[in-house]
Amino acid sequence: MTESLIYEISSPGRTAVTLPDVGVPEVELPKDLLRKDLDLPEVSELQVMRHFVNLSHLNHSIDTGLYPLGSCTMKYNPKVNEDAARLAGFAYLHPLSDEEGSQGALALMYQLQTWLAELSGFTGASIVPAAGAQGELAGILMIRAYHLDRKDHKRTKILVPDSAHGTNPATVSMAGLQAVELPSDKNGDVDLNALRAALDDSVAGMMITVPSTLGVFDTKIRDVIRMVHEAGGLMYMDGANMNALMGVVKPGELGFDVMHYNLHKTFSTPHGGGGPGCGAVGANEKLVDFLPGPIVEMVEETEDENDAPLYGLKMPVKSIGRLKAFQGNFGMHVRAYTYMRIYGGEGLHEVSRHAVLNANYVRAKLRGVYPMPVDRICGHEFVMSGHFEGVEGIHALDISKRLMDFGIHPPTNYFPLIVPEALLIEPTETEDKATLDNFVEVMKKIAQEAKDDPELLRSAPHTTPVKRVDEVRAAKQLMVCCRPIPDYDQQRTPSGD
Amino acid sequence: MSSQTPSELKYARTDEYLRLEGENATIGISDFAQEQLNDIVFVELPEVGAHVAQGEPFGAVESVKAASDLLMPVGGTVTEVNSQLSDEPELLNTSPYDKGWIVKIKVDDPSEANALMDAAAYIEYCKTR
Repeated sequence: MTESLIYEISSPGRTAVTLPDVGVPEVELPKDLLRKDLDLPEVSELQVMRHFVNLSHLNHSIDTGLYPLGSCTMKYNPKVNEDAARLAGFAYLHPLSDEEGSQGALALMYQLQTWLAELSGFTGASIVPAAGAQGELAGILMIRAYHLDRKDHKRTKILVPDSAHGTNPATVSMAGLQAVELPSDKNGDVDLNALRAALDDSVAGMMITVPSTLGVFDTKIRDVIRMVHEAGGLMYMDGANMNALMGVVKPGELGFDVMHYNLHKTFSTPHGGGGPGCGAVGANEKLVDFLPGPIVEMVEETEDENDAPLYGLKMPVKSIGRLKAFQGNFGMHVRAYTYMRIYGGEGLHEVSRHAVLNANYVRAKLRGVYPMPVDRICGHEFVMSGHFEGVEGIHALDISKRLMDFGIHPPTNYFPLIVPEALLIEPTETEDKATLDNFVEVMKKIAQEAKDDPELLRSAPHTTPVKRVDEVRAAKQLMVCCRPIPDYDQQRTPSGD
Repeated sequence: MSSQTPSELKYARTDEYLRLEGENATIGISDFAQEQLNDIVFVELPEVGAHVAQGEPFGAVESVKAASDLLMPVGGTVTEVNSQLSDEPELLNTSPYDKGWIVKIKVDDPSEANALMDAAAYIEYCKTR
């Protein structure tokens, strides 16, 4: 490491602030409330500042370089989003403020719900779920609730293609249903024969990503949707890849019943670290009453253009319930609203067009250099294989690690699972041609190095603060506590009174 | 590919092997499977006495690349598990057919093994992937 742990620069008695003299008599604190095991670093303000700024310099981020991480849409997050989210009226609004006192915030949420629903051809949307995974869970719980509401108790299975995000089967399991895996055909589309064989009256629905995790648009998607509907199931769309679709096709019009959106992917709210997110959910006529709540409704319309309508919070009549305290992560709503407001409908269409163009540009340039297991026009991302004819012992991981030496974040590795040595690449619309050309040149150079000097790849990265990590040891010798565990346990043992 | 594929074993499409000896059998994962998975770091084993039907999961392996279910090549009752794998999951990489066996079972119906591939068919199957 190039930066010490903050504990290593600690020295006894050093503080960042000097507290004023105590103006009241000191009292003895109860002994059983005093702890000695709070191992806090003792450092000055300047040390804290340098420590964390230096650490931040060791990171790679979209603000420092290309981040072509497939299925994650690491687009640039415009800083105007942050300005809007910091407006005092939004930032300091208390979640317990009454509806009358939060009309501006409710108007923003109402507009965001309406735009998300309109963009994807749905009747309504809820922006309560805290993240994509929670949005998925909401969607599947809604499907479950729909069948139960119709007294159809035998529908317990959800079909999931083998190319799906791992969250899909996990969601099904969390919702108390059973995931049934469907194979893909050789083009990466759903195998219709396998689908037909799997469909019966125990199927509650199907979860599918469009475009698929292979980056391609399933050419038979209408057949898939029709077949599932005919068998009485509902269709869930995983909206992780919405960046390819805006203004191009509306999932609701294709026949999907429910979908989630990742505001941190498509709508440029910050990614990261499990921080606050928003996995909004859109639903058609069949499912709109089951949306998680509360959602914002227009309580009183107005004809007078100088007068604002009145907004209020409401639980949909058959709602699956709450998923999150208050109204979800409002700060994310402001950022996504700002992004959509600035682009407008035409602008969002352009975003998707450029995202698809950029991915296809890079794909076309790398054809013949890397194997393309699904060799057709792609959406906003494409998958290639990190394993070459005639170069044994070089893996996708080695190529990814070597990319770091060129200041580029590795693409997604080993996903989708059905492609051996997968590298899933998504340049996003925010990169210019020069950046894409540089990426292509670097990828070609690495392909050549794999043949000429494979050791250079196997020992990469060479220029990063942390070199190749020992992933086997990291997985087998877990040390997730900053203090040695026996020591910690000992001090936690109750004193025995 | 230079994977070992012993001819006396049977193989499932999901890469488990079956060493059938009368009504008892030993189950593990093939050399091809361990190569694809890369360094294995964790193995989840079933309880002795558990009954698992053909094609149902009896455990899981986790490598630095992925986690995969282990599926029963034939139905049976677990009589022994290789508990050494808890401390040394890498035995699956270094010795898949010998020290890296996973479970021993009492087989329900040996004829279920007819649905599995022999070594020659498995080698061909691996080439297509």
